[in-house]
Amino acid sequence: MRARLSLRAAALGYLALLLVFPLGMVFWRTFQHGLGPVWGAATAPDALHALWLTVLIALIAVPANTVFGVVCALVIVRGRFQGKTFLNALVDLPFALSPVVVGLSLYLVYARTGWLGGWLLGHGIAVIFALPGMILATIFVSLPFVVREVVPVLREIGTEQEQAAWTLGASPLAAFRRVTLPAIRWGITYGVVLTTARAIGEFGAVSVVSGNIAGRTETLTLHVQERFQSFDLTGAYTASVELALLALLTLLVMTVIRKEGPRVDSDSPGDEALR
Amino acid sequence: MSIAIRRVTKRFGDYVALDNVSLAIASGSLTALLGPSGSGKSTLLRIVAGLEQPDEGGVSIHGDDATGVAPQERGVGFVFQHYAAFKHMSVRENVAFALKIRKRPRAEIRERVNELLKLVQLEGFADRYPSQLSGGQRQRMALARALAAEPRVLLLDEPFGALDARVRKELRAWLRRLHEEVPVTTVLVTHDQEEAMEVADRVAVMNEGRIEQTGKPRDLYEHPANEFVMSFVGPANRLGEAWIRPHDLEVSLGPNGTTMEAMVERIIHLGFEVRAELVLYDGRRVSAQVTRDEAEALELHDGQIVFVRASRTHVFNAAAKPPGRS
Repeated sequence: MRARLSLRAAALGYLALLLVFPLGMVFWRTFQHGLGPVWGAATAPDALHALWLTVLIALIAVPANTVFGVVCALVIVRGRFQGKTFLNALVDLPFALSPVVVGLSLYLVYARTGWLGGWLLGHGIAVIFALPGMILATIFVSLPFVVREVVPVLREIGTEQEQAAWTLGASPLAAFRRVTLPAIRWGITYGVVLTTARAIGEFGAVSVVSGNIAGRTETLTLHVQERFQSFDLTGAYTASVELALLALLTLLVMTVIRKEGPRVDSDSPGDEALR
Repeated sequence: MSIAIRRVTKRFGDYVALDNVSLAIASGSLTALLGPSGSGKSTLLRIVAGLEQPDEGGVSIHGDDATGVAPQERGVGFVFQHYAAFKHMSVRENVAFALKIRKRPRAEIRERVNELLKLVQLEGFADRYPSQLSGGQRQRMALARALAAEPRVLLLDEPFGALDARVRKELRAWLRRLHEEVPVTTVLVTHDQEEAMEVADRVAVMNEGRIEQTGKPRDLYEHPANEFVMSFVGPANRLGEAWIRPHDLEVSLGPNGTTMEAMVERIIHLGFEVRAELVLYDGRRVSAQVTRDEAEALELHDGQIVFVRASRTHVFNAAAKPPGRS
């Protein structure tokens, strides 16, 4: 009993020291001098633009990765081809690679001197130090989440339901839409939530490709750093609080979903035996 | 002919799942494809449904060549061993699926679904979800779903394989009655010879990608074409070249010229019948089946010495062995 209590205290203490205390400090410092300065910092044009940019990038990167994630999961689970193992490993690369390296690699390809960047610039499309590069970087780092959430669910449901739909007259597309998609919806939802959290919080990769131009290519995370380095602590804290609130919102959505829906529809032989 | 399978061969890599298989299935019949696992019976069924494509040969359904036709266009109903229930849909929605795909009017769908639910005895379960049903109920739902669009042929892939013995027996009898009521040409895949014998009018026995014999259940039992059919359809003893059904072994208490001496190793009571596991004088083991009354008259018990004689034997050496050996 005592051992369990001390274990619990250790776990909670660890979390408090590492997470709750520093985060609490940010909130406390932010509102130290009342709401006035915070409101001022939050509504500064650069801060508003950073918030908008963060949301905009998430709005583009998340749907892109959702569609790609589902297609990729289908290929990994259903496909029969050589190099499937390689593809499966490749999807995890963004997890393993430091975001700074992701940013640098994008820079090498799309910068003015890069082998694609020059050609694109010639056609009037700037990627590096512009929105497209930031979106690419965000997509890159948040790529695996939907795939990783959907693959196990797809494995579990197998192909029989889809085949049953075919024999009942449903075209492959109709079978996917009416049978497979509803069956994997929870996996997709989790993947989307995680992708969103990652997209909003990304710093390293975006930092390399954005050029950090305040009011133009600055997301909320970059804005925090820029304000901090300019000794505008209120600005930095305010943007941090905005990020923390976005993260909390994402977690909240996830918790609500977890309560509403089962992770996988249970259909083990065990629950049959209970009846 | 309702289904004609012509010289179908199917390989999975180096493995030959079906080797030049031909089979004709009569309209309105209930045919069982019977064989051990890996005999190719499920593959053959999936080829009829269009879920697999044959490497060679073809399939016709009601005279139309169906080879290469998509499963959606074949007019088949398919029932899977593990139900393949649409888990996010209620029983009603599951059964209505094929009709909704065909964009039938709502009122018609409702009426037809009610009719089908009555047919499979699930009237009170329309608004339940598959996870709230027992295995037997799920499979009946799957059958109703397969029948909804009035298929030309109904294909059942080990439909009772995942159910416990009692439910299985009930559903077998129920399927037989259903078939009399809705006489759609039905093909049933099973590895259970009792199930095939009980339900089907005709049985095709499969082994290693080939059909060994096709016939009425009784003919297969009484006139098996080869050793495989003899041993797979019903119990059988083998003594040298001769195969003997357990009930064709006569048991007596005294020797009588052609009898062999044996010791009763174990008595198994099967209700009306009693099976005696015997060890012959030379150490070979056979089993004999007698009625309960006969067993009582002989006072059969473990360790008893009895004498047995085969009243009927099957010998297959001509077809099964190379010439000159026997």
